[in-house]
Amino acid sequence: MMSRSQKIFTYFALSIWAFIAIFPIWTLIVNSFKPQKEIFSNPFGLPQTFTLEGYKAVLLKGNFGTYFLNTIYVTVISLALIVFFGSLAAYALAKWNSKASIFLYVFFIAGLMIPIRLGTIDLIRLMQFFSLQDTIWSLIPVYVAMGMPISIFILTAFVKNLPKEMFDAAKVDGASEWHIYLKIVVPLLRPAIATVAIFNMMKIWNDFWFPLVFIRAEESRTVALGVSLLFGQYRTDWTRALSTLSLAAIPILILYILLSREFIKGLTAGAVKG
Amino acid sequence: MSVNIKINNAVKKFGENTVISDISVDIKDKELFTLLGPSGCGKTTLLRMIAGFNTIEGGEFYFNEKKINDMEVSHRNIGMVFQNYAIFPHYSVRQNVEFGLRNRKLDKAVVTEEADKFLKLMQIYEYRDRKPEQLSGGQQQRVALARALVIKPDVLLMDEPLSNLDAKLRLEMRQVIRDVQKEVGITTVYVTHDQEEAMAISDRIAVMDFGVIQHIGTPQEIYHRPSNTFVATFIGRTNFVDAHYLANKKLVEVGEYNFKVDNISLEKNNDVILSVRPEDFLFHEEAKTSLKGVIKDSFFLGLNTHQLVELQHNKQLVEVIRESSLENELPIGEKISLSIKGHKVNLFSKDSKENLVKRS
Repeated sequence: MMSRSQKIFTYFALSIWAFIAIFPIWTLIVNSFKPQKEIFSNPFGLPQTFTLEGYKAVLLKGNFGTYFLNTIYVTVISLALIVFFGSLAAYALAKWNSKASIFLYVFFIAGLMIPIRLGTIDLIRLMQFFSLQDTIWSLIPVYVAMGMPISIFILTAFVKNLPKEMFDAAKVDGASEWHIYLKIVVPLLRPAIATVAIFNMMKIWNDFWFPLVFIRAEESRTVALGVSLLFGQYRTDWTRALSTLSLAAIPILILYILLSREFIKGLTAGAVKG
Repeated sequence: MSVNIKINNAVKKFGENTVISDISVDIKDKELFTLLGPSGCGKTTLLRMIAGFNTIEGGEFYFNEKKINDMEVSHRNIGMVFQNYAIFPHYSVRQNVEFGLRNRKLDKAVVTEEADKFLKLMQIYEYRDRKPEQLSGGQQQRVALARALVIKPDVLLMDEPLSNLDAKLRLEMRQVIRDVQKEVGITTVYVTHDQEEAMAISDRIAVMDFGVIQHIGTPQEIYHRPSNTFVATFIGRTNFVDAHYLANKKLVEVGEYNFKVDNISLEKNNDVILSVRPEDFLFHEEAKTSLKGVIKDSFFLGLNTHQLVELQHNKQLVEVIRESSLENELPIGEKISLSIKGHKVNLFSKDSKENLVKRS
């Protein structure tokens, strides 16, 4: 049991943390309902003149629908591939005990230490070679590569924690490797998969760099790239920019809420004996 | 259908390290055969070779006439029960039991019917919709057993299935395993390090040490006529006393005391190791020739009283078990006279390798 003073301190620290986390979101959302002028005169309060101009502009004018869809495609396809390949690799690496498997594991993990942006120029050349520039298909392989190291790191640790006898038992019962992977490994990895998905989702959804260098065509832009167009050198339409960003946060919030229960299980797994 | 298992000259190596050098054993149809030994003796390794989880570096393994050396695990038609149960935590009890049947692509009605049958046999039918985490250890092991048997395997393999259970449940599950094994009538290979469990459950036991089978036999044979000193100490308790055998008189001499023995395969007088179980000493008020000693310590365990006795002639300590009596036990420091039940002792050669008593 915590003492009273410990409790007060804990709640105090958590409150500060919550404030730090929630304050920008609050600022983003309230300001998206204000006209440009009021944003500067009253940045943190509730709107005095309530307006939906920003949202109307986003939804009715311009191509933000396309941008959203592009971002959703890119994120969902990349995540699916990361989780699929990551869990397959993790199952293999965890079960296969040899020097080669350790080398491969370290090789994957080494990717955590090398920023992928160092390779931007080569990646551009590669995309030119495959004629993928200006399509969302240029982004997906890069994101999958980016997401692999951390995914393999997390998932391998989880598979290693599953009792080996469970795989043996499944084999004895006549299950093929595929069957074991689909019916035993994947369901038991759900918390870890959710962790990996959330972790990568944020990075992919918010990424600005690769769309910026790979994509110029209007129909292939992502939200992050689209929003940047609203920030002009001399003039920025803040209401519209903030409305876009608020809308852009919705899908990710929904995904987060869907995955968060599993995510928290994943974070605390192994902390206590079950 | 059940099978007999024949293993010829099995060899297992992990890299340069030879774990099993040469094991041959015949396991009979419908028999409960136990591999017993201390940890690291190779018993689980051998079991996993039969299951197909370990590669086989040498020798042949047969189920009936069928050689299984290179057969896939999933094609061997075996059932296996593991120490940590290894039941699937995300499936209900019923789904666990049905898992193997579903892999065999059987008709849905057949799957349900067969699963029901074994759920009832293992007395877990009422828990069929629960998740494993809601079951006790004993119930989980029943699920594992039902799952192993429901696929009608040719062979049932059990790897220390009772080690994770508490003492009381272990006795209960021991009985369950034995009953079910007899009822289903399936060739079973059982691995344990617990000699009492092995004796209670097995038709025959193979005692293993350092990757070699030291003795194969029924529990009675192994207890009464162990093949060497390792088996004598590993199965039950025993005292080793230095002794001398007089071949022409068929006498064993221990200090001043001697007694007659038959069936000894020794032609000449020789020094031997005399093995006496603690219950094979007799106490005497006064005897002409007896083994003299002093009680050094005494433990009252209810049914029996264990006493440590220092032999007078060579100061060796031996353990003696007597049924407890209502009167006061002999006090520590008391001088006593012992004799030995000559027909029950074993004599070993000085190198501990051979039991000199001829098996009848």
